[in-house]
Amino acid sequence: MARTIVITSGKGGVGKTTTAAAMAMGLAQRGHRTAVIDFDVGLRNLDLVMGCERRVVYDFANVINGEANLNQALIRDKRCENLFILPASQTRDKEALTLEGVGQVLEELGKTYEYIVCDSPAGIEHGALMAMYYADDALLVTNPEVSSVRDSDRMLGILSSKSRRALQGEEPIREFLLLTRYSPERVARGEMLGLEDVQEILALYMLGVIPESKSVLNASNAGNPVILDQESDAGIAYSDMVARYLGEERPMRFLDPERKGLFSRLFRG
Amino acid sequence: MSLTHDSPVDDRAPSAGSSGVGPAFELKAAAFTLPVIRLLRLDMDAVEAELTPKVQQAPGFFEHTPVVIELSALPSVEEDVGFPQLVGLLRGLGMIPVGVRGGGSAQHEAAKAMELAILADSVKPYQAARETEVKVDELPVTGQTDEPPVGIETGSHLIDRPVRSGQRVYAAGGDLTVLAPVNSGAELMADGNIHVYAPMRGRAMAGLHGDTNARIFCADLQAELVSIAGHYRVSDKIPATLKGRRIQVFLDHQVLRIEPL
Repeated sequence: MARTIVITSGKGGVGKTTTAAAMAMGLAQRGHRTAVIDFDVGLRNLDLVMGCERRVVYDFANVINGEANLNQALIRDKRCENLFILPASQTRDKEALTLEGVGQVLEELGKTYEYIVCDSPAGIEHGALMAMYYADDALLVTNPEVSSVRDSDRMLGILSSKSRRALQGEEPIREFLLLTRYSPERVARGEMLGLEDVQEILALYMLGVIPESKSVLNASNAGNPVILDQESDAGIAYSDMVARYLGEERPMRFLDPERKGLFSRLFRG
Repeated sequence: MSLTHDSPVDDRAPSAGSSGVGPAFELKAAAFTLPVIRLLRLDMDAVEAELTPKVQQAPGFFEHTPVVIELSALPSVEEDVGFPQLVGLLRGLGMIPVGVRGGGSAQHEAAKAMELAILADSVKPYQAARETEVKVDELPVTGQTDEPPVGIETGSHLIDRPVRSGQRVYAAGGDLTVLAPVNSGAELMADGNIHVYAPMRGRAMAGLHGDTNARIFCADLQAELVSIAGHYRVSDKIPATLKGRRIQVFLDHQVLRIEPL
């Protein structure tokens, strides 16, 4: 039985797609057969971040409408054979996703996959509800700033009332927090909320802290999920996140400001 | 219900005087939270059978309570709702049906014939977020969700999970006790007292039905708004010295007071 993980936030631009790509790639690299679905109809990006935009033939909406079967639409990742991408439709409107259609696709994927990662669009409208409705686990991607924290909080409320598990009175969705674009220097200067502040407000298990890093943008531009860049802080932090999700204990890293002494500058070269 | 958001002043100060030369009335817009009876199928006998015990559980809650009849969940917009029977039933149980929401034009005509108002159905985009909250307020005739319960329970109510932004919890006819944080953008309502034993960052409205003896107790006051029987105060008007402290809020001769415990 597959576990369906929704990557959500409420707010846009916090790193949902980057996180979905990293999560899916990380799980697949550890040998789990994983599918990642882009729910952002009309504003698809996951294919770019995964570097498969030139291989899209059919999409999620085609599958729901019966114009293509699932295997035709799924794109196998070139770097990892356990990873498959189901792109969103760029041309339809968001109503293309129906609860019934999404349910059927997830059920069919569930027969052969271990993990299904759902990349939710921003907002609390139709697309986001579709992405989270069938979730077993939810990863709340949050930036260390008040508006993002509040939107995540709002999303948690919706998860606990509008998801299938909530509506059918099943065991609630497992909720995790991921703090992205974290800059310890700015936290130290009081310009950003710190880890403890966010955790105090949201009261959730912290799955990881991803430091603000240029490598994220570079990786997205190149179509390589940043988790593949194990030279970068962000890549390492994403690996930790996947490990923690799978139950491993890992200490949090990259929480302290980098020392900007003359020597460290010289020797870090 | 007694809570209004219409007044720009903090506490409802006694009006200036009765010299009698000013205008006789003011026209204002006010938002009210009303119970909604959401019809799921057109079986008035079943409605009566299900509703009667609920009313008996909390007679005080339904006594002279305005209610809205929601039609949008009905399978057909054509069918005759049978308003005369429904209105008679609700009145018989002490409620005052004031309007309908949703439904088709034929149903609206029938509702108008019974002197029911037709309430706006569609929400403007900027109200959409608000709408999802209001929905939680509907009488849970069926389908209880996992959302912190908003039931019409006579007894008191205990919540031990965080109350998130956008969630509303209402303890009708009793006290509300919350053991977990109440976050900014969340709303607590109770006909009786409200107790919060964790950071209180949202809104708390006690004495929702006008009980001026209701109080609010917070272990860590960071609230956006506190209100008792409609007398309210927003965060801006709460002295900074009281924030983050153990406090109680009560009404003292129509004046809302916040004092450390």
